[in-house]
Amino acid sequence: MLQQIEGSRAVAEMVALCRPEVVCAYPISPQTHIIEALGAKVKRGDLAPCEFINVESEFAAMSVAIGASATGARVYTATASQGLLFMIEAVYNAAGLGLPVVMTLANRAIGAPINIWNDHSDAMAARDTGWVQLFAETNQEAADLHAQAFRLAEAVSLPVMVCMDGFILTHAIERVDLPSQEQVDAFLPGYRPRQLLDPAEPVSIGAMVGPEAFTEVRYLAHVRQLEALERIPEIAAEFCGHFGRCSGGLLRPYRLDGAELVVVALGSVLGTIKDTVDALRDEGARVGVLGITTFRPFPAEAVRAALADVRRVVVVEKAFSIGHGGVLTADVAGTVSDRAVPVATVVAGLGGRPITRASLRPVFQAAAAGRLEPLTFLDLDREVVERELARMASRHRSGPTAENVLRDLGAAGSKIL
Amino acid sequence: MNTEKRLLRPDMMPHMLCPGCGHGIVFEAMLRVLDRRFATLDQVVFVAGIGCSSRIVGYIDAGTLHTTHGRPLTFATGLKMARPELTVIVVTGDGDGLSIGGNHLIHAARRNVDLTCLLFNNEVYGMTGGQAAPTTVRGAYTSTTPGGNRETPFDAARLAEAAGATFVARAQSYRPQLFEGILEQALDHRGFAFLEVLTDCTEYFGRTNRLGTGVDLLQSQSRAEPAIGVDLAARPTLRPVAETAVRPTLPMGVFHQSRRPTLAEALGVGGGGDELAR
Repeated sequence: MLQQIEGSRAVAEMVALCRPEVVCAYPISPQTHIIEALGAKVKRGDLAPCEFINVESEFAAMSVAIGASATGARVYTATASQGLLFMIEAVYNAAGLGLPVVMTLANRAIGAPINIWNDHSDAMAARDTGWVQLFAETNQEAADLHAQAFRLAEAVSLPVMVCMDGFILTHAIERVDLPSQEQVDAFLPGYRPRQLLDPAEPVSIGAMVGPEAFTEVRYLAHVRQLEALERIPEIAAEFCGHFGRCSGGLLRPYRLDGAELVVVALGSVLGTIKDTVDALRDEGARVGVLGITTFRPFPAEAVRAALADVRRVVVVEKAFSIGHGGVLTADVAGTVSDRAVPVATVVAGLGGRPITRASLRPVFQAAAAGRLEPLTFLDLDREVVERELARMASRHRSGPTAENVLRDLGAAGSKIL
Repeated sequence: MNTEKRLLRPDMMPHMLCPGCGHGIVFEAMLRVLDRRFATLDQVVFVAGIGCSSRIVGYIDAGTLHTTHGRPLTFATGLKMARPELTVIVVTGDGDGLSIGGNHLIHAARRNVDLTCLLFNNEVYGMTGGQAAPTTVRGAYTSTTPGGNRETPFDAARLAEAAGATFVARAQSYRPQLFEGILEQALDHRGFAFLEVLTDCTEYFGRTNRLGTGVDLLQSQSRAEPAIGVDLAARPTLRPVAETAVRPTLPMGVFHQSRRPTLAEALGVGGGGDELAR
């Protein structure tokens, strides 16, 4: 049914339709509306016999999720930013144990300096945890990906993280088509665990493994991720058949026909990028877009095929590896390393800075002309940077950088909370 | 007011506290104490976590360290060990200090780190929009306890005392003068001084439980009754509470004070030492 609904609420509705048995979470912006909505549903008895558990931290949230999942329950939680970092030990644990927890990550910057706004630093910090990581472009896709996430997680016995841009998606009210319970039930069967704590058949979950077997266990986790790579397009196709609209999958190609320059990105910024590319196409530029829906496992072969005839690639990233450059860029560059295809990184949208068509357009034009630097920071205020560097050069005890920059901008009192 | 000019960062104004929030009362009382005690705040460092209470540290014109959620006591421990001569004041809240950072509270108390821990208890997560905290009274409605809270809250002061705090007290926003006196004692104390101060979150806790305005909540405090509990149970407009909200009448004042080696003394940090350490 079509609804005008907040992204967080749409996700909560879809998670509810997936019949979770345990929901646990700790409040952190911009994720909180999701679990609040689920808490209200549990209270109303809509999700019986689902339990909603208020925990004392994100670390507890993921730990509770693992405990519940080990008993064979379908488990859901959500977090963001610092919350993901605080639970990271248990995040690795869930993947290492192969427990199919589904978690929404409402993407948000990581401090210090503290910042509650959107970027992808949190998702990138969890890149190597062993979780499947899916990125939603729209609220519709964010909702849809959750149904697919439970299906995938339980099929390959791996946890799945659905990444949706904090505020840009979580707090935006958009038209979302939510399915009926019957539709979701037909798509998502009950959870049949590969392993569970069952008094009738006791097992040990979480045993210590030494050098004699650790490599093999880790390799098997990799094999399961590769299996997920096979299953994701199948599940997306099935979803398409069941619900009459397509969401998810590995990649989201857009106007790649005859494209010489392709812009690669994750998440909601693809909308702005497509608009920019449309305008450039109208002017005759041969530009296309490749959205990455599945970031882990990384669909290298599919990306390689999508970029087969491309001459230049620009990766727009809402995060970067400090001291190196783009994170997604390295993955993408690996798929074209056998050809002379320059892959440039544009770091954009850090800490919630808007990414506009006006800023992207000249960057894409420069890229198309072969004039784009390998690493560009979109809308970087060079003068502010130079002034802080000058302060640091003139005086050893130059003070905290974040405070200096805010004061320089006259923004120390800006209340962005 | 001159006090405010001397102690505050005017460029950070206006502050972000909601109308009716009890934190402002406590903050102002704290400023009065600071004004009386310190000619300058150069030797005072404030350490804060994340939350509405922690946020007020940003308004004080002193050395301030803003940390991750729940960790101010650990940052403060490092700070105090490195510079034992500084006066360290940790400002935290019930979510920051008792929930996600609860582990650090008991260990800072056990180690008797020589600092003042000021814990604002408004029984709810205010900054994220009114979720249940480990201090939320039973039966109270929050955005994550839509059926009324079923869990039993902490008694923060008793927890701190049991963990080894050598100064334990409680005050409330309704009586700022009492708070000022206790804060003075806490700052005088050598060792881990834990001061819980009850304040009201009008915007989330008060509104969600239909407890009225900030003034209503202060009057509720003034009756020294099982304040919120009684009000919750008495409100006919409320949905039925499965288990009557119960917060026992909470005593105010200094509950415990003792002397044993501080962490710095036990470790011989900062020279001089103390006979108790030997």
